[in-house]
Amino acid sequence: MDFSNDQIERYSRHILLKDVGGIGQQKLLESRVLVIGAGGLGSPIATYLAAAGVGTIGIVDADVVDLSNLQRQILHHTADVGVMKVESARATIESLNPDVKVELHPYLIKAANIRDIIRDYDFILEGTDNFPTKFLVNDACILEDKAFSQGGILRFKGQTMTHVPGSASYRCVYRQPPPPGSVPTCSEAGVLGAIAGILGTIQAAEAIKYITGAGELLTNRILTFDALTMEFRTIPVKKTDWALPESRGGKSPENLVEYEQAYCDLETARAERKAAGFVS
Amino acid sequence: MILQINGRNETLPEDKLTISELLGIKKVPDPGMISVQLNGEILERVEFTSKVVGDGDELEFLYFMGGGSGRECR
Repeated sequence: MDFSNDQIERYSRHILLKDVGGIGQQKLLESRVLVIGAGGLGSPIATYLAAAGVGTIGIVDADVVDLSNLQRQILHHTADVGVMKVESARATIESLNPDVKVELHPYLIKAANIRDIIRDYDFILEGTDNFPTKFLVNDACILEDKAFSQGGILRFKGQTMTHVPGSASYRCVYRQPPPPGSVPTCSEAGVLGAIAGILGTIQAAEAIKYITGAGELLTNRILTFDALTMEFRTIPVKKTDWALPESRGGKSPENLVEYEQAYCDLETARAERKAAGFVS
Repeated sequence: MILQINGRNETLPEDKLTISELLGIKKVPDPGMISVQLNGEILERVEFTSKVVGDGDELEFLYFMGGGSGRECR
């Protein structure tokens, strides 16, 4: 191990932990983690990974910072409105911890590019607001044998699960994206800003556990919580054929599905269903 | 019958219900917004109208949640 005096001081609380220690901290500094979405979840995720000294953090986001983001997206500050989220994220991360190298991916994740993007990373965290991307990340990680954390939030609730090769996948719980218009988004239904912090820091902890080998990951389980009652539950989830790609006897699609257009059609359908009273 | 739904026991006057009927009673606005686990097994959405639950069954209603970073269609 080759820590500078500043690093020993900066990471002293990690190094003190029996399950992390100097060896775990070295692993963190050498690790490469990808955060897909620099929003409500990506903000606490990237902030805590940066503070933890994850050596390389990749950030995927094609959007610019909007004033309505600042209620929960703590990577971005008032002066960042109108700035690319990846740029704003880089500035926040670099000012927090100069040990971290930030790699920017300022474009949309697609079936055509996702495998090349995730291939270079040790762990992937997904925090996007749309189901096409959630399924795409799941399917691509299974094809590339990547460990990842999936997270979702809405109103006062959150849920997350971790996948490592061979464990239950997102599709073991949710077979396919919800029908167009059936699920409200945070921009429609609202979300308590602190919920993003609760869920995102759980995801960040999973990434750190994966890299350092500490404890037991949230695999073959889904964690849900409701901040209105502050009840946290972990529900066992069985591994199914959906945890493996078709080429290895499973059902997870070998040819990545581009749900993109369906999602955009969904925006129209959702408005229609809302008008018809199907969605609260 | 008594069902365990999301970890809590709930008493219902009916002896049997299909998943669809139960979702209606529990005021789930749209069956498309959840995945249902019955006694540890995730059900396919097409089973909602045929699968019948009775006394002692354990169910989890797992809601789809987006969240995080929104994205405009463009």
